[in-house]
Amino acid sequence: MTESTIAQLTTCYHCGEDCVSTTYKFEEKTFCCQGCESVYRILSENKLCSYYNYNDHPGATRQRIDKRFDYLDEPSIIKELIDYTDNEITTVTLYIPHIHCSSCIWLLEKLNKFNPAVHHCRIDFLKKQLNIKFDNQKLSLKGLVELLYDIGYEPVISLQDVIKKQNGADKDNLVAKIAVAGFCFGNVMLLSFPEYFGLSAYEQSFRHFFGWLNIAFCLPVVFYSGTGYFTSAWQNIRNKVMHIDFPLALGIAVLFGRTVIEILTKSGAGFADTLCGLVFFLLVGKFVQRKTYNHISFERDYRSFFPVAVQVIEGDAEKSVPLANLKVGQRIVIRHSEIIPADAILLKGEALIDFSFVTGESVPVNKTLGEIIYAGGRQTSEAIEMEVVKPVSQSYLTQLWNNEAFTSQQDNRMQTFNEKVSKYFTVVLLVIAFGCLAFWLPTDARRGLAAFTAVLIVACPCALALSTPFTMSAALSIFDRNLFYLKNTAVVEQLARIDTIVFDKTGTITTSGGNNITLNAVLRGHEKQLIYSTCANSNHPLSRMICRYLGSMAKLPVKEYTEMPGKGISAVIGTDNIRLGSGKFVFGHTEEDALSTRVHIMINEEYLGYFTFTQSYRQGLDKVGHLSPPYRLFLVSGDQNHEKKELLNVFEAGQMHFDQSPQQKLGFIQLLQQHRGKVMMVGDGLNDAGALKQSDLGIAVTDNVNNFSPGCDAILDGKSFGKLPAFLQFSKSTVRIIHCSFFISLTYNLIGLSYAVTGSLSPLIAAILMPVSTVTIISFTTIATHMAARRRGLQ
Amino acid sequence: MNIIYFLIGCSVLLATLFLSAFFWAQRSGQNDDLYTPSVRILLDDEEEPLQK
Repeated sequence: MTESTIAQLTTCYHCGEDCVSTTYKFEEKTFCCQGCESVYRILSENKLCSYYNYNDHPGATRQRIDKRFDYLDEPSIIKELIDYTDNEITTVTLYIPHIHCSSCIWLLEKLNKFNPAVHHCRIDFLKKQLNIKFDNQKLSLKGLVELLYDIGYEPVISLQDVIKKQNGADKDNLVAKIAVAGFCFGNVMLLSFPEYFGLSAYEQSFRHFFGWLNIAFCLPVVFYSGTGYFTSAWQNIRNKVMHIDFPLALGIAVLFGRTVIEILTKSGAGFADTLCGLVFFLLVGKFVQRKTYNHISFERDYRSFFPVAVQVIEGDAEKSVPLANLKVGQRIVIRHSEIIPADAILLKGEALIDFSFVTGESVPVNKTLGEIIYAGGRQTSEAIEMEVVKPVSQSYLTQLWNNEAFTSQQDNRMQTFNEKVSKYFTVVLLVIAFGCLAFWLPTDARRGLAAFTAVLIVACPCALALSTPFTMSAALSIFDRNLFYLKNTAVVEQLARIDTIVFDKTGTITTSGGNNITLNAVLRGHEKQLIYSTCANSNHPLSRMICRYLGSMAKLPVKEYTEMPGKGISAVIGTDNIRLGSGKFVFGHTEEDALSTRVHIMINEEYLGYFTFTQSYRQGLDKVGHLSPPYRLFLVSGDQNHEKKELLNVFEAGQMHFDQSPQQKLGFIQLLQQHRGKVMMVGDGLNDAGALKQSDLGIAVTDNVNNFSPGCDAILDGKSFGKLPAFLQFSKSTVRIIHCSFFISLTYNLIGLSYAVTGSLSPLIAAILMPVSTVTIISFTTIATHMAARRRGLQ
Repeated sequence: MNIIYFLIGCSVLLATLFLSAFFWAQRSGQNDDLYTPSVRILLDDEEEPLQK
């Protein structure tokens, strides 16, 4: 037995965390905590230890234990959560973020070994969802969720389940439509070949048979697969805007009409082949454009991470109340790691609030009794009691969602290239078509009609309609590989048109967490405790970092505490006199190092040393700084301007705005937009949500895409922050590629038109031209996009 | 040559059969999750205790 056994002895068998003590042992296995051990016990009692065979340490750490699912007894909440229920069976789909390996699938699909009331479990691994069917007479939803919690898979329960909605929304049978169109396309092609190769006089009887069959195959293509284009074209006419769907619908209608007439009058073979191919390729283009990320939600607002219900104290009893029914004046209990749902006054207990959801700053803040705590903070210490002072929707943070930017549907998004071009395209197309008709009509009416329809057929902007989807989907997959997730393909074009970029500071250009503090002093335990007790009183970021650095210890009572803003703090604890702060504050003269911030320590007039803070900005921030010019860069931060000096390398002094409230951030974006800026907002916390929504393009930066991120147009993984300039350039390249492919498709249209205007378009030429132009466009856009990506250094 | 009518009928029928098979698969949710089954197949079944 070698190293691996030793390693296993010191790490938790269940979750892989280091074991601090050897207290938790069971069946020769060590565990880091009671929670992990109890999960193992449950599994081993049910003979499910194969869980540990598929992967090492598959479990989630369980170092805290507190059940808080009482709200799942509330019928109104249950009704919202479940998919289906009757007298016996209930089905529910739960989102479980911890699903990450094959062991998870193995265990969660064996839930009925724990409780026979569970009939059926199915995991969707990519969506991290568990679909469960259970007997509701023998097991309640609360019991089920507690069972999942007990085995280490706590579901995230939220009433505003956007992921479910997002995935459910696009069920317009597109796949079925493609299947029908493809089926008909294949058959029609087969039946049209004899016509193209020429039929001998002896085989003439087949001609009509094939013709009739072709019409039969065209019917489902036009009236089932192609209906979307007709309804969209009809809306275009009603709204008096020319979208690309209008010429497409016109093309489909003319193709179908001419095919039916030619076959019925036995005057020709018709264009059934071209028609089916056209609809099929168009629908494939639509399908490619519709890329969905199962695990990422772009539509979240505060409700999706606020708790579903909150414990309210009424008399002596606690009762869970759905968040929407929470009233001003009610007393609520917030337990460890719960989120404060509304602005409230702290009444009882020690509050240590982590506002990382809101500001991106992950160091918890100490709050004193009687202070108002804003909604969105997560309590990280013991249970506290609070009195609600504002309803949930009117709180400091959540009232942001009442802003116009959220309530009104935004139509001011930029027009895509396609939308711009198709307006002119349609007009030119109609002019040419009617021109032909007018030219031939006096001499040869038959030829005139032929030319008129042929123009509409040939100029049908199939290739044009395909160029954007295929370029964009290739671009999207490249962004995707570089950890930049876009909401939809239109975002690429918006990205290309940005000229102003606004950054948030904390969590966006700085990394959250990260140990960037060093102690240049030798401190004894008691001295550490003195410093900790002093700093725990301060909300200054540096004090909070010192507290975190020293780790939690017992807080001593502090007397004569004074904080000099921007300088330091002094306090008396027992008989000890403590001074912490800048050199000037501590010993009266300045001797500062420009590159780092120092906090000097003086206890009882004895100088002990100093803490050094180095800023941990995201990698590649300097590259982002080079974006200016041509881009204009701004910084809006909710923090004080402590770091202004360091940020001067990146931003100009006049373009940094500190101490901004969430509303002010939104207002700042509006101001830039009024000056005709195309504004991109890069932020991370809920306090940026308004600005992200108001901006022309909102990007949320996050260190884990499965974690919470506010509603936005794109999500950027923090690791790829430095690639932002490359992304911007690449988006410009893709727009250029779309322009090029537009000209290629125009060339094909012109070739076709030269046949069409004379009225001599044969079905064979149309049948060749359409697929050839389509294939050219698809391959051109795909290859060009990948080449452009490689040139920008993207994978 | 009349056999052509019969053969085309057969081919269309066969193709329709495939199309409806696809529809059935789509409707019964077989294409909803294309990843998990690939993992699930690698998990062993529980060894049944030998009886006798």
